[in-house]
Amino acid sequence: MAAPKVGKVLFGPVIDNNPIALQILGICSALAVTTSIQVSIVMSLAVIAVTGCSNAAVSSIRHYIPGSIRIIVQMTVIASLVIVVDQVLKAYMYDISKQLSVFVGLIITNCIVMGRAEGFAMKNGVWISFLDGIGNGMGYGLVLIVVAFFRELFGSGSLLGFELFQLDRNDGWYNPNNLMLLPPSAFFIIGFMIWVIRLNKPEQIEEA
Amino acid sequence: MSQPDSTMKTIVTATILCVVCSFAVSAAAVALRPMQEENKVLDRQRNILDAAGLSLGEFGKPAAELDKEQIEALWAWVSPELVDLETGEVNADLDPEKYEPREAAKKDEDSIEITDPQFDIGVPRREKVARVYYVKKPGSEKIEMVVLPVYGKGLWSTLYGYMALKNDLETIAGLTFYEHAETPGLGGEVDNTKWKAQWVGNKLYDTDGNPAARVAKGPAPDGDEFAVDGLSGATITCRGVTNLVRYWAGPNGYGPFLDKVKKRLTGDASAEADQPESSVESGVEQYDIDNVGPKEPVGE
Repeated sequence: MAAPKVGKVLFGPVIDNNPIALQILGICSALAVTTSIQVSIVMSLAVIAVTGCSNAAVSSIRHYIPGSIRIIVQMTVIASLVIVVDQVLKAYMYDISKQLSVFVGLIITNCIVMGRAEGFAMKNGVWISFLDGIGNGMGYGLVLIVVAFFRELFGSGSLLGFELFQLDRNDGWYNPNNLMLLPPSAFFIIGFMIWVIRLNKPEQIEEA
Repeated sequence: MSQPDSTMKTIVTATILCVVCSFAVSAAAVALRPMQEENKVLDRQRNILDAAGLSLGEFGKPAAELDKEQIEALWAWVSPELVDLETGEVNADLDPEKYEPREAAKKDEDSIEITDPQFDIGVPRREKVARVYYVKKPGSEKIEMVVLPVYGKGLWSTLYGYMALKNDLETIAGLTFYEHAETPGLGGEVDNTKWKAQWVGNKLYDTDGNPAARVAKGPAPDGDEFAVDGLSGATITCRGVTNLVRYWAGPNGYGPFLDKVKKRLTGDASAEADQPESSVESGVEQYDIDNVGPKEPVGE
């Protein structure tokens, strides 16, 4: 197997091989935490940290992991990292960690993290695995932030908490679209994103 | 490297991994605990200050935007007390700083079952002892406001909040929710500052002394001193808010406690009327401290 290239490993997952848009992994939290950009950014950073570190950790011990318990080993590493990240958020970003509530804990079950640990880190070196984790985390984060951009703009009339459209309930003119605040709207937005990406990259279109 | 697949190796690897991971997790938990506790306390203080309108009144912005020193300065106005809800008496056995009402509500011996309530707050049990807060101006013993923790079920979640009452104990001075999971934009609008401002000055009880404050369906009728506008698209959340406000204001909630405080307050007032000199003195003291209070944060 040829050694993977740094640039491709790091930036490939952002567009070409996006974990959400192409691999359709990690949808659950993408629906739940994308009502505002600020929260999405923190969630993305948390996922980037966890995928990067878990990939590095799994890769560094990959020669010692017995095949029969490798999934459990990966799970343990990931779960520990997520708990640490959750504790850090609670200590330094209390307000946002309150909004993210259980979804930080649910990073443990985010398929992206486990998928990359099993699919990439078990076969590759520490540094390149770390970059792969960061790259996939960024791919996930990009989708989250794009979805949150539309949901916050049309659902709350603001971006990053800064009011752009004055809402009618605050004596403005914009009547917010409440669907945007409900989880299903993320499905539509992700659907549109996948459509746009595949229009530009026809090679991603799967055989019917 | 040989394939590490023997049973012995598997066990050894698993053990080492568990030890390393548990060490990392517990180190993080222990090292960050003090900051987390501090955040929790600050968060509670912010919410209480917001409910009482102290932050907006003194600094002109919500407590979420104040820094730690400003919160601490304002918190000096607030003193907690534990009260037995059934009798309305002060509970001196428990430590007000350590007591956790939400833990108590889960324990059978520290809580009572809510059976056939007049106003249904949607939870099966409530704690016997609640932690209330008095707001007094610094240096003064006069109660300006009483802040009561309230909670009840909305659509998706239990809403936890604080209701502040002015010292006539019949006028609402503020209502905020610090924890809920209602739909953002619909029921979640209970956090809207404009909506919350409508509560201020509303009457809590009707002339017969029954809890009458409510969230109207649609806009609140003109001149109705009990009602605030309904939140559109949030009928069930609004009903929940009406019920929780009335339940906690009623005889099963803080009713007995509020009666006791009212007696104490009217007692104080008549005592002050007997000794006009002392009341003038305390008035001067209050005036001085008022002048000093807001200056501190301006200097920062």
